[in-house]
Amino acid sequence: MHNKTLAELAQGLQSGEFSSVELTSHYLDRIKSLDEKTNAFITVTEEHALAQAKQADQLRADGKAGALSGIPIAHKDIFCTEGVKTSCGSKMLDNFIAPYESTVTQKCNESGLIMLGKTNMDEFAMGSSNESSFYGACHNPWDLDKIPGGSSGGSAAAVAARLAPIATGTDTGGSIRQPASMCNITGLKPTYGRVSRWGMIAFASSLDQAGPMAQTAEDAAMLLNVMAGLDLKDSTSMDQPVQDYTADLNNGLEGLRIGLPKEYFAEGLNGSVKAVIEASIKELEKQGAIIKEISLSTTNLSVPAYYVIAPAEASANLSRFDGVRYGYRCEDPQNLEDLYKRSRGEGFGDEVKRRIMIGAYALSAGYYDAYYKKAQQVRRLIKNDFANAFNEVDVIAGPTAPTTAFKMGEKTSDPVTMYLEDIFTISVNLAGLPAITVPAGFADGMPTGLQLIGNYFQEAKLLNIGHKYQQATDWHKKTPEQFA
Amino acid sequence: MSIDHDQVAKIAELARLNIEPAQMDQYAENLSSILDLVDQLQAADTDGIDPLANPLDAVQRLRPDQVTETNQREHFQKNAPSADKGLFLVPKVIE
Repeated sequence: MHNKTLAELAQGLQSGEFSSVELTSHYLDRIKSLDEKTNAFITVTEEHALAQAKQADQLRADGKAGALSGIPIAHKDIFCTEGVKTSCGSKMLDNFIAPYESTVTQKCNESGLIMLGKTNMDEFAMGSSNESSFYGACHNPWDLDKIPGGSSGGSAAAVAARLAPIATGTDTGGSIRQPASMCNITGLKPTYGRVSRWGMIAFASSLDQAGPMAQTAEDAAMLLNVMAGLDLKDSTSMDQPVQDYTADLNNGLEGLRIGLPKEYFAEGLNGSVKAVIEASIKELEKQGAIIKEISLSTTNLSVPAYYVIAPAEASANLSRFDGVRYGYRCEDPQNLEDLYKRSRGEGFGDEVKRRIMIGAYALSAGYYDAYYKKAQQVRRLIKNDFANAFNEVDVIAGPTAPTTAFKMGEKTSDPVTMYLEDIFTISVNLAGLPAITVPAGFADGMPTGLQLIGNYFQEAKLLNIGHKYQQATDWHKKTPEQFA
Repeated sequence: MSIDHDQVAKIAELARLNIEPAQMDQYAENLSSILDLVDQLQAADTDGIDPLANPLDAVQRLRPDQVTETNQREHFQKNAPSADKGLFLVPKVIE
């Protein structure tokens, strides 16, 4: 049952092959017996899930079920879920029971999806390896000694280990695509503003975007149909019509112009990863796509620009965690300043503290122009670079990450080395563009993802290319042996 | 750009973060290497380029100035460490 895609599960429920309670129990049993290996979940909401499943079965019996009614899903622990712990991977929110539901999870609930639980993540979504979670590192189902990627590593591992058929993730600098690539699943980061950020714990507000994580592009399209749309509660949500993202999946690729940025295939890209990506591009060419070399000359500036803008926004967003109203509070504060400093010093982990300090520094008097303003100017250069590229090509293709998943602990002592894991994903967030990663093969035994970047609101085209690629290949069907 | 202990202490003060003295070396080293990375920005020619704050160049959407939310004070205070008569109770911090 757990190797079925979303479309197959919907069919199984529709035909009565199994009920939602049976399906949900199957996944809950798998989580119980297998999750100690991956640590993909922070919270499992068994009772809640079974109650939702019963309700879904009743709706189906009454002829009122929707397309996805009764199918389980795992939510990244960054989404507020009413009455359920929402920790954001942090000690700071270890005791936080959200009093309201995020728009994304609300939409999932309304469509009849069953919440299995909340998945592990880097603390406050800051990280590329899922090692900074207060709840311990999450493990890659393909090699338990390796990282699953971050920060949506728990969601990626849960789908890869078939502990959930689909999951939600968020992507600030590559946090959906990079773990999806490292765990052999499909992940889509939509255009900035396509999916509501309301009720999603903010990291860097001008970069954060929620999106689907799934086994296939078709499944991701079905989940995006649920998630996307204008939300008046989020003032950055875009008022653009939502299309049916499954409608164009089977369009042919003849004449599609695909740009390969030479900077994405230069030094720094692992040779085995490069070979896998080149082979995957050949497959798209075989289907009629026209391949063209392009240049994105600002690529090397994206990581430095990101590590000014994201920490600056994070330092402002995380100032709300002061130990006063909710969240972690230190023992016996001596005065107000002591309360703030010790609550924050004890409640936040090292990576979060590093980023808050970089942000505070970049925004401080005397450094604002040199760092923050400069980074925002570079951000426009990056956006312009993409705009020029899209005058020549329809989509841009390349690797999702420069390496496959690395060993735990390998990069924790050197944050800058870790930051470079996101070099191919970060510029997409700075420009606000949509991008997808699809399983493209294995390099030295570990999964590798092909990334496709589209122009604004071109999610359907990316899903279409991903789907056509998956119809011609079977990389996405491969599952880690001990989770088969 | 190299950051020393005093500067780490100053930034931590600005950010209202308590940093243990034993961790100062590690923070100084890490923050210095991050600032070295960030300094690569200085090589970019940004003369006459407008800063970009929103990736879509969008402006804040406004709504009529009308109350749309219902009062859920009790519900929202349920999760507070301590609340009484509709108020958050916090540790005494002013003598």
